Amino acid sequence: MKFGVVTFPGSNCDHDTLHVLRTVMGFDTVSLWHKDHDLQGCDFVFLPGGFSYGDYLRSGAIARFSPIMESVAAHAAKGGFVMGICNGFQVLCESGLLPGALLRNAGQKFSCKNIYLRTETIQSAITQQLEKGQVLTLPIAHAEGNYYIDNAGLKSLQDHDQVLFRYCSKEGRLGEEHNPNGSLDHIAGITNAGRNVFGMMPHPERAAEGILGNKDGRKLFEGVLQMV
Amino acid sequence: MSQTLKEAARKLGLLDEEFEAIECILGRLPNFTELSIFSVMWSEHCSYKNSINWLKTLPRSGSHLLAEAGEENAGLVDIGGGLACAFKIESHNHPSAIEPYQGAATGVGGIHRDIFTMGARPIASLNSLRFGDIHSDKTKHLVRGVVKGIGDYGNSFGVPTVGGEVYFDDSYQINPLVNAMSVGIVEVGKTCSAIALGPGNPVYIVGSSTGKDGIHGATFASDDLGEDAASSLPSVQVGDPFQEKLLLEASLEAIATGAVVGMQDMGAAGITCSTSEMSEKGGVGMRIDLDLVPTRQKDMLPFEILLSESQERMLVVVDKGREKEIEAIFDKWDLNCAKIGEVTNTKLLEFWHKGELVANVPAWDLVLGGGAPVYDREYRRPAYLSQCQSFGLADVAEPRDLVMVADYLLNHPNIASKKWVYEQYDSMVQTNTLTTNKPSDAAVVRIKGSDKALALTVDCNPYYLFSNPETGAMIAVAEAARNLVCSGATPSAITNCLNFGNPYVPEVYYQFVKAVTGMGRACKRFGTPVTGGNVSFYNQSSDQGPVLPTPTIGMVGIMEHTDAHMTLDFKEPGDLIYLIGQSRNDVGSSQYLRKYHQITYSPAPYFDLEEEYAVQQAVSQAIAHKLLASAHDCSEGGLFVALFEMSLPRNLGFAIHLAPGIRPDAYLFGESQGRIVVTVKANKSHELEKLLADVPFSQIGMVTEDNSMVVGNIHFGTLTEKRALYDDCLQGHLD
Repeated sequence: MKFGVVTFPGSNCDHDTLHVLRTVMGFDTVSLWHKDHDLQGCDFVFLPGGFSYGDYLRSGAIARFSPIMESVAAHAAKGGFVMGICNGFQVLCESGLLPGALLRNAGQKFSCKNIYLRTETIQSAITQQLEKGQVLTLPIAHAEGNYYIDNAGLKSLQDHDQVLFRYCSKEGRLGEEHNPNGSLDHIAGITNAGRNVFGMMPHPERAAEGILGNKDGRKLFEGVLQMV
Repeated sequence: MSQTLKEAARKLGLLDEEFEAIECILGRLPNFTELSIFSVMWSEHCSYKNSINWLKTLPRSGSHLLAEAGEENAGLVDIGGGLACAFKIESHNHPSAIEPYQGAATGVGGIHRDIFTMGARPIASLNSLRFGDIHSDKTKHLVRGVVKGIGDYGNSFGVPTVGGEVYFDDSYQINPLVNAMSVGIVEVGKTCSAIALGPGNPVYIVGSSTGKDGIHGATFASDDLGEDAASSLPSVQVGDPFQEKLLLEASLEAIATGAVVGMQDMGAAGITCSTSEMSEKGGVGMRIDLDLVPTRQKDMLPFEILLSESQERMLVVVDKGREKEIEAIFDKWDLNCAKIGEVTNTKLLEFWHKGELVANVPAWDLVLGGGAPVYDREYRRPAYLSQCQSFGLADVAEPRDLVMVADYLLNHPNIASKKWVYEQYDSMVQTNTLTTNKPSDAAVVRIKGSDKALALTVDCNPYYLFSNPETGAMIAVAEAARNLVCSGATPSAITNCLNFGNPYVPEVYYQFVKAVTGMGRACKRFGTPVTGGNVSFYNQSSDQGPVLPTPTIGMVGIMEHTDAHMTLDFKEPGDLIYLIGQSRNDVGSSQYLRKYHQITYSPAPYFDLEEEYAVQQAVSQAIAHKLLASAHDCSEGGLFVALFEMSLPRNLGFAIHLAPGIRPDAYLFGESQGRIVVTVKANKSHELEKLLADVPFSQIGMVTEDNSMVVGNIHFGTLTEKRALYDDCLQGHLD
């Protein structure tokens, strides 16, 4: 399986994602440029965190119009894997590859800290290594991570088991005090109906090495390895 | 004519004698554009005219320094393995006082440019912030704006903010301090110099277009902040972190081609400063056509283009014949890249506008180290210092309730958790920050592709400097070194940001002179030369007097292997707690005395340079021998706060006994220097004690399983209760 990491102007987790995929996991990984249409034969495309095109308008609102996103959309339509982390998740929602939207954090501030996540489904490429209900510690770092979707959309996500992760307490309990950004139904990550496109606000690539004191994020990449 | 010009010169901040010097240099009267050029280049901010003679007394060389102080945009230290670390700290105080959000944001942007203009990729940033009374609406506005400004800029730019300090004191009420530090990594031999060479080589301006923002910013920074300061708003620049991110990537790609002769960022005094400094350094001149500079608005006047401090711009001298390569890179990143002139052999800066030579000045005469004026200022010992010396411990009664004192301190903004601040900063991007999950006294950032890490800290306790500028500055250096040592690193070098009041006030200049003297002594002892930094005078307002003397130390330490990283948290119940260093009946200049007792005048805390050095060496040895489970220095709030901070991460309590002959309040809350708390497994205590033979130490207690804090027979409560006091203090004031 070949991996690609897209660099938009303003992406700033592209190097981190490349580092984890290539150096930590040992995957065949290439860098993809926003002005290109060529996905270089990648099977799994990552949209990294950052502030694409400055995110001065609305996070991800400009990136969706970049040339590479036409190819990413076509790739996803054919069932190819796409994963957006943080800003990548915002881009996927803006481009309609994932349902819903990411609003300004309820606290109105950028927030960078470790949070707890509960695994809600293991029926996906990135969560199949986990156990349902398993609590992970991962960092967040965003100002617009407040997930929102209309009632029908939420019901559809729930009915089709599309919620990947919810914010929770250390013990796995849900509650407003454990929800760092006001996300609807505590949603931290979702997949599409086809289960080939994934988006999440927390950063698994920042918690994939023992030296950083947290390897919980590595489990998501190990899940992907099962697909090879 | 001469009289009108002289008036204009005064308004631009030039002294009459300086005006006459300019006339002498040019052999004629300057025109207004030339006068503007001289006024910014000879401003305190650019010329260091009132500080350079003293700065030269600092230790500025060492075998590991790849650039001497002032030689490049930032300091450059060899960290081994073919790598070098570029780092520098700089102030953005006055802009932040007027417009906290943009002032702080552009401070961050400016210091990062100093690093990547050298070819280094920034991997970490830190900051040191000082504000007035946290209860005042003005302070709340400033804190919120500054923190958001630093966050928005750094978070978008993609460099983690890994450390810093925040203090509140009334002296900063009108004039807050915002000092930002950037640290970058570059391969040795692949750096880029801020130099112009080779007559005929083209000169480019790259990055953002030039607008009318920040004109005379350097002059503004070199004046007292008055009541009418808000009308100086056009002197404040506006930041665009997205442009900066593009500029970073494009600049590093451009430097890697080898087609760049020299590059300098445009900070204070914009095109004027970069053209003159690069030319002077290369012993050349430049012919610049101002009509070719991309501008944001039409009809900008020559002096506006020359002095604009629009952000996110660089001046680049390109190897003639290789223009296409460089242009293609900036085009790839969708950035301006305009050829605006060429290097000449005249040593003159010729600025042309609409076919006219609007300024023609010798580069050498403009710059620091060249013809810029240098002054020796008068200094006089302030009278209040005697008052400080007359204080004794007996002047304060021993508090009946020590628990109340502890609660007060844990909930004081100067000691309480700075979580409200640092959670607004992305501290983890680039995935190098070891201290996110493994906290230590200094931030520790690994260097990918090697086993090494850097330990980074910014430190300055201004109360100590107020009471004794020389000792206080030594302590600032010592504390920075102590933080690095406690993290397992070896101190390497410092950068400094010298924030003082008006240098023309002899009592203020005394503080500056003594602080530089003390800093030099301590830097020599710790083997940490000064690689550069910045002087910020005029931090005062007309009605409130100067800020506390605040020479912030930014120190970099090297860890050869990340295995050496030592953390501050208690590890296991039963581990023995040792205090290395001597406790004393001393509460001088402590937070306890200044805040709880509201006593302003007292001596600096006990400090002995040799004793401090010995303690640090001993702890360093103990870490190297893998004897310690944790290490944390005693600083603000003293021993009690140090123990509390060690307890928090794993929710482990402590039980210690009091020290015979030392007043309990002095023992727990005094800030005598040179003290480090360590914990050790019981079976390693003998080995540790052997290693500590030459320094004072005592076993003071033990880490406990229940999360309560006990000193002698006094129960200080549980961590569960006290955590909220500590964690929620700033949020309570600021949200």
